Amino acid sequence: MGGLPAGRVEPAEHDNAEWEWRVDALMTLLTGVKGGKKLMTVDELRKNIEALGPDAYDRMSYYERWVSSITQTMIQRGVVTTEELGRKMEQIEKRGRE
Amino acid sequence: MRKVYPLGHIRTPFYIRGRSGVVERLCGAFGNPEELAQMRSGEPKQPLYRVRFLQTEVWPGYRGNPEDALEVEIFQHWLE
Repeated sequence: MGGLPAGRVEPAEHDNAEWEWRVDALMTLLTGVKGGKKLMTVDELRKNIEALGPDAYDRMSYYERWVSSITQTMIQRGVVTTEELGRKMEQIEKRGRE
Repeated sequence: MRKVYPLGHIRTPFYIRGRSGVVERLCGAFGNPEELAQMRSGEPKQPLYRVRFLQTEVWPGYRGNPEDALEVEIFQHWLE
């Protein structure tokens, strides 16, 4: 990360989890690649991943970083507000308990 | 207090989310910091309250004086 020393790169094949494919698809749609409305750029994705800080960066998986960065970008652009996001999270949590 | 952890810039400390306190007083109405932090207007202004929490309510296993309290300023939309 950021030119810091790191261990060996271990190449390994792996399959993505269902939610990871969904995050990937979300990014495709938000960047307007498929002709949709362009709501963010890959540069914003990168900027908000870098803003995570080293601790969170190391702790999160690849697509966890993506979904965190996409969320921050949507808040920064006003596509969603922190308030709307919090309410939705509470609603889904409640649904999970029912 | 609501117990939820959305992303963004939030002035409500993590350690009091989901805890119960008593409203001490209304401090006034201020621009919403969650919106101000994103360079938007923060309007309409949101009521801000001084809320008192017992330390025993905030920190499980708190061993100090049981009457020790903590006061935090909380925007209305974080109250439940």
